[in-house]
Amino acid sequence: MPLDPSFIGRTYPPTSTYEVSRAKIAEFADAIGDDSPLYRDPAAAEAAGYPDVIAPPTFLTIINLASINAIVADPELGLDYSRMVHGDQRFTHHRPVRAGDELRLTTHIDDIFVRAGNDFLSVHADVETVDGEPVCTTYAQLVVRGE
Amino acid sequence: MSMNVGDELPGLSVHVTRDQLVRYAGASLDFNPIHWNERFATEVGLPNVIAHGMLTMALGGRMISDWLGDPGRVVEYGVRFTRPVVVPDDAEGALVEFTGKIGEVRDDGTARVDITAKFDGKTVLGKAQAVVRVA
Repeated sequence: MPLDPSFIGRTYPPTSTYEVSRAKIAEFADAIGDDSPLYRDPAAAEAAGYPDVIAPPTFLTIINLASINAIVADPELGLDYSRMVHGDQRFTHHRPVRAGDELRLTTHIDDIFVRAGNDFLSVHADVETVDGEPVCTTYAQLVVRGE
Repeated sequence: MSMNVGDELPGLSVHVTRDQLVRYAGASLDFNPIHWNERFATEVGLPNVIAHGMLTMALGGRMISDWLGDPGRVVEYGVRFTRPVVVPDDAEGALVEFTGKIGEVRDDGTARVDITAKFDGKTVLGKAQAVVRVA
């Protein structure tokens, strides 16, 4: 069953706030094998001009994928999660994510279309601090493989 | 740091192992069983457990930030996931090899880096590009 195109333009407001911790940044950096001191040492981060340790460029996947999963779980959208794959992903950073950030994420459905028997869903999310400072815009395309 | 079109970044080769997939699952909170459960992966038609596309993307990002010295200078980073990285249950894991080259130096103080990622002789990321601040 094709996805419901009436979902194009739908916006999903933040449902929670995510507080970025030094420990989670270090855990993520360990998992990708990146030993940069800017992820772990507040003094090194400060020397590089940052108020606290910063996060790797793809760190926001932690909250980005969760928001996408919440959208695709809506039964009215008609998406078969077991057939879904991540088609592409992009992050535009307005400034580096850093420890202490309290972030919220607003997700938008930009497009839904069918090509070569597969359903495509394009979304973007605005990530900002609780004070309204823009931090990052994420873009993703999800593909639901045809039967 | 001077950047010129055609400059090549130091490459990065990573042996992605099952151990790393489990660590990455926990760190990224992506617990999709295709990334750690062989029985589940093969039931849904995959050859075996596959790496998180986002892990492959993150490793490409690591090559860029290693080169820059400051990951905060990565202003944009995007990839297309074109092929899965199949990770065997052994100590070697899957060898993924990354290369990067400067594709464009812009007037606004940024440069575009074009990235390739190869596994088993084939590219696994398409249109992989980062925009970085030159200074």
